[in-house]
Amino acid sequence: MDETVIQDRGISATFSRVPHSEPPHDGAIKGGVARSVKHDSAPRHVAGEAIYTDDIPELPGTLHLHLAMSAHAHAAILSMDLDAVRQAAGVVRVLTLDDIPGKNDYSPFFGDDPIFPEGLVQYVGQCLFAVAAESREAAFQAALLAKIEYAPLPAVLTVDEALAADLDLLPRHEMRLGDAAAAIDAAPHRLANTLHMGGQDHFYLEGQIAYAIPGEGDDMFVYSSTQHPSEVQHNVAKALGIADHSVTVEVRRMGGGFGGKESQPALMANVAALAARLTGRPAKLRLDRDDDMVMTGKRHDFRIDYAVGFDGDGRILGAEFDQAARCGYSADLSGGITDRAMFHADNAYDLQAARVTSRRMKTHTVSNTAFRGFGGPQGLLATERMMDEIAFGLGLDPFDVRRANYYPAEGGKVTPYHMEVTDSVILEMMDELAESSDYRARRRAIRAFNATSPILKKGIGVTPLKFGISFTTTHLNQAGALVHVYKDGSVHLNHGGTEMGQGLFIKVAQVVAEEFQIDLDRVKITATTTAKVPNTSATAASSGTDLNGMAAKNAAGAIKQRLIAFAAAKYSVPEEQVVFLPNRVRVGNEEIAFPDLVQEAYLNQVSLSAAGFYATPGIHYDRETASGRPFFYFAYGAAISEVVIDTLTGENRLVRADILHDVGRSLNPAIDLGQIEGGFIQGLGWLTTEELWWDKSGRLRTHAPSTYKIPTANDRPDDLRIELWDKGYNKVDSIYRSKAVGEPPLMLAISAFSALTDAVAAAGGYRVFPHLDAPATPERILMAVEDVKTRVRALES
Amino acid sequence: MSSQDAQSLSPAAVPIRLTINGTERRLQVEPWTTLLDLLREQEGLTGSKKGCDHGQCGACTVLIDGKRANSCLVLAVVKDGAEITTIEGLGQPGNLHPMQEAFIEHDAFQCGYCTPGQICSAVALVQEGRAHTREEIREYMSGNICRCGAYTNIVDAIEDVLGQSSTLREAAE
Ligand code: FES
Ligand code: FES
Repeated sequence: MDETVIQDRGISATFSRVPHSEPPHDGAIKGGVARSVKHDSAPRHVAGEAIYTDDIPELPGTLHLHLAMSAHAHAAILSMDLDAVRQAAGVVRVLTLDDIPGKNDYSPFFGDDPIFPEGLVQYVGQCLFAVAAESREAAFQAALLAKIEYAPLPAVLTVDEALAADLDLLPRHEMRLGDAAAAIDAAPHRLANTLHMGGQDHFYLEGQIAYAIPGEGDDMFVYSSTQHPSEVQHNVAKALGIADHSVTVEVRRMGGGFGGKESQPALMANVAALAARLTGRPAKLRLDRDDDMVMTGKRHDFRIDYAVGFDGDGRILGAEFDQAARCGYSADLSGGITDRAMFHADNAYDLQAARVTSRRMKTHTVSNTAFRGFGGPQGLLATERMMDEIAFGLGLDPFDVRRANYYPAEGGKVTPYHMEVTDSVILEMMDELAESSDYRARRRAIRAFNATSPILKKGIGVTPLKFGISFTTTHLNQAGALVHVYKDGSVHLNHGGTEMGQGLFIKVAQVVAEEFQIDLDRVKITATTTAKVPNTSATAASSGTDLNGMAAKNAAGAIKQRLIAFAAAKYSVPEEQVVFLPNRVRVGNEEIAFPDLVQEAYLNQVSLSAAGFYATPGIHYDRETASGRPFFYFAYGAAISEVVIDTLTGENRLVRADILHDVGRSLNPAIDLGQIEGGFIQGLGWLTTEELWWDKSGRLRTHAPSTYKIPTANDRPDDLRIELWDKGYNKVDSIYRSKAVGEPPLMLAISAFSALTDAVAAAGGYRVFPHLDAPATPERILMAVEDVKTRVRALES
Repeated sequence: MSSQDAQSLSPAAVPIRLTINGTERRLQVEPWTTLLDLLREQEGLTGSKKGCDHGQCGACTVLIDGKRANSCLVLAVVKDGAEITTIEGLGQPGNLHPMQEAFIEHDAFQCGYCTPGQICSAVALVQEGRAHTREEIREYMSGNICRCGAYTNIVDAIEDVLGQSSTLREAAE
């Protein structure tokens, strides 16, 4: 590579592809499972016809809302004079605490997220009051006229400050396996270090939005861009002081969610519904982008301290992790998120003895929330840093040190939470990837390059991944679906999952088409609504397809069974002789078109509608003993990344990434590949460019894409090779033996972070291990390079 | 989209003439109304999306006299007389533009929210004639954020159309 050209593009893409829509070989249905079927909304997306919440035609009289935000991180509110706001042009109603007929809360559980503050604000951007006006502009302008008197209080802003102040938000938790301290003490080698890692803004391209339409009596209909319609429904009912059955929440699709629309949308929906109730007019609340970034929760930033004992081969004998997370001012989902960080402290490694502790720190910042990976990425990052450091200390290849520690394929080893790992395929996958990516030779070539390149330094990093699939709050692992077969044989499909671009709807439709053996275009995918399937869980934890696919399969299966019983009786054949073939049913020796059988069944008074339900079997976790089987299974992935840095500027590029990912038996390879690439790119953003920066008074100063750098087409690796692992198979009885894919690939980007660390180490001739926190922005890389050089000079003198 | 009608406009509204997707429109717009708001709220063309409203994401990209622009940054009044093409005007199901077809063919989206902007931007890029390689496509498309990270497929789709159009050009020469 030319020393002066860091923007080297390497080889162009060789992204592996799966051919589209099966050739209609005789007899097979169009679009069953395991096919690369197009996203159901494809033609509407490209024509601008796909309707998102903000595109729904507004009813006459629709009001627009603006939320006023706190200017202080922590303050008592002495007075709020809103007279001028009320009198401003276009204002119809100002909404405050006194207007809430029900409970002043939009939290998912703990009751600690006030819609409007009760005398106290706890972060810059906290909602103070809302203005409902004839236009968004009028509402915004009017809100500026408020006179708020604050009495500022001391604010605790960072994890370190919160630790120093002993400000825990939630009880600590600890997992123990054996005696880690003793194992570390007795080990031939030991090391300990600390890693800080930043949070991440979701920047779903469609911001938070809700549109509430009042109905007769108590009824309220809310369009909400939410991953969790049931929770929005419950929250609206709670705030309005009415029964859940009076509230209907609907969402056809979101313009991205990534976890940011799990608990957060409740605020927008609550305020919109409140305005609709008080004025009798439809009311819409769409957050401005900057307000969205300031007001809504983000990925948790963490500090993780680790200590580890190991032998001369890098085999770990015991490890300890002390995790501390910035939760923000309220609990939100922080308990589950910080738990998941703990559940992933082992990543794919048998630690033999372990102690994992977690502190959930309270700060006067926005309440952090779910984000793709849900704490898992943070837990994993520290462990991967630790593996790199072990390898560095022993002068071994980080690939080999990891290899010495994997959970064995044959089982028999347990995690720090005492779950036996029985499906480990990581060693085989990593070996395959090392082979196909030519890892060993490239690592040698990089060392040779670095030896003769004074300014540019290359690095290579490897990341194995094991990710637990299931909600760790056991009862959430349930889902419902509703399937109707109409008289013409066409099918209406509804389930509790929500579509945010991840391809859930098409996958579940494929399952239903497969079950009935009918062409996919006979299955109509419909908007998620609390009126059809109640009490759903959030579409989260990568579980959307696992849970809703099974529920839909059960619903379709119930109808199918009725059709079988009917046909067997009608044609006097045993039930085994009623077989669903593509678009037809064989009954004895006769074949009947599917719609004809349906028509006959209808005329014979057979019910052609069914609700399906599914609950993941056999999972549990006991907090008291910190043990159990919280996960149904594990998904695995492998990644190797190569980077180059400029040691004079910190500028850097990911030049190549190789990924092998385990999705079990893929339901839809095209969709799965998209999830893997998208997750990887998003992880890359988290670890390299996306920096959330709060000033000393607690104001987020990176609140727009101008200052908060989201990966663009240009940040994608020059050479990105992604493969689905062809041996992938789910050992447990998941939907068609597939594995969840939404979150895990995000963590594969850790390989790029490892590679950057390796490149920084090269700047010091591999004499000292770099201090590099995440995100590894050019600035941080430059500082790490300078630090490495200083330490090397100190060694030399 | 809002049903804002001419009566609810302030006295400051001024008359302008725009050709939107081939149809000439005589409109009353307030001087501070952006082209994006005009399209979405007055004209009911909700294909163009509001991602950031600050010219930083590209979701609102439309063609103004054939050139791509972030419509959230453009005041409608200053484009009096211009010809505007939005995603709706490029093609509709059954009669899609080759770029729209290519985006379907290459799965060049996930949530779809960036897609109308990506496609408008890509159509203009091809017309600009300055992108010849994948690297150049990536560089010149970097004003259009895709948070779902569908970049490989987006670039594949554009490359596909670029290939077709250069083949066409060669054939014509
Ligand atoms: S909405 Fe115009 S650039 Fe983002
Ligand atoms: S497809 Fe979601 S932002 Fe591009």
